[in-house]
Amino acid sequence: MVKKKQDILILYLANSSLESEVIGWAKHYGDKKKIGMPGDSDNPPYNFGIEAVHDGWRLFQSSQLEQHAKGEEFRTGYLKYEFFFEKIK
Amino acid sequence: MKSNKKNKFLLTDFQMAEFVSKGYLVFENLIENKINKKFLNEIGHTSKTKNPKNTISTWLSEHYNDIMKTSKIPLVKAGTPLQTAYKKNSALFDVISNPVLSGAIQSLVGNSCKLDHHFLHITFPSKYYNKGQQKISQVNHNDCVIDPREKSFDIQLFYFPTAVDKSMGGTRYIPGSQFRMVNEKAIARYHNIRGQKHIVCSPGTVVIFHHNIWHGAGVNNSNKIRYAFKIRLMPTEKQVKLWTNKTYKNKDDEEPLYWNTGNTKQSVRSILQENQPWYEEDSGRLEIINRIKLWRNITNDKNFDANYWLTRLENELY
Repeated sequence: MVKKKQDILILYLANSSLESEVIGWAKHYGDKKKIGMPGDSDNPPYNFGIEAVHDGWRLFQSSQLEQHAKGEEFRTGYLKYEFFFEKIK
Repeated sequence: MKSNKKNKFLLTDFQMAEFVSKGYLVFENLIENKINKKFLNEIGHTSKTKNPKNTISTWLSEHYNDIMKTSKIPLVKAGTPLQTAYKKNSALFDVISNPVLSGAIQSLVGNSCKLDHHFLHITFPSKYYNKGQQKISQVNHNDCVIDPREKSFDIQLFYFPTAVDKSMGGTRYIPGSQFRMVNEKAIARYHNIRGQKHIVCSPGTVVIFHHNIWHGAGVNNSNKIRYAFKIRLMPTEKQVKLWTNKTYKNKDDEEPLYWNTGNTKQSVRSILQENQPWYEEDSGRLEIINRIKLWRNITNDKNFDANYWLTRLENELY
């Protein structure tokens, strides 16, 4: 029996809409011969988040919108709009 | 390092604005070749060394430890004044005495700055690895735990004594990430960020980073060792007008907002409002606000603004 494997694509987008531009990304592979690592590509795999869906990636998680804490309104930190996709092969 | 308060190589207003905006300044080919060679000689650089039998699993770290023990890089305790950290006539003394670098250090953290730590980063090529050993790039991170300071900042000098070409995996860094309050490798999940840069430089290049900039070392796919010598410096005085004289005043040179002549001439304000391709559309505006706040601090001008980003929020009349 052939085991199915999961590829994972993480996209960070320019706003909370899946239609917005990709600003960050990471790929991980079920095939252990392939490895995704920091700095492995300067060009995003897709220009917009929705293009991943068009290409067969299944969205299984996205980040929540969080209220800004009082006194911390101008504080920036982690990338806000995170989307996890998978392909089962 | 020059202690002359009137260092004529102080940063320009635009360079200061670039640092506040992007979190780094690049000084390409700054250090003379004879000093670069002296530095390589002092650390015991050799291009011939490799793991001969290709079997010693700990060989890479052993080699690293040997360099630490045998090089002439001094052991410097945290808090040592930079002025006394390096022996006269040593390569590192020569590096920090470079007038342009000395002027930049004075401009950013002052002449009485202290050395926090220094370290020789070595990125080895394939021949130093055991057969089958996977080379992995370093994850994105910043060099601090959560650092809540808003007015003071440290700088980190990255000195590259040799040329770094694209195959050598030069330090990857994320322009404009210096205000993001994150905790070190918590950002490791971010493998690639739009607009990320990689150091590709000629020998003797020095990059000055804000302490909080996101960065990571790349994989060295060349056949040469890559070195990056890092020196972290902390200020001992308020970082106010250190690059300019005490009478400095911000210029009243702003164009009216939106309805204007379309004058795109470079100015401190235009630099402070430059976008980065990886900013979220909303967070990008906050980054401008954070830059304006820092510019207010370093010019001691509580009324400074650009395009009313802060003024309109501060107009609380009750």
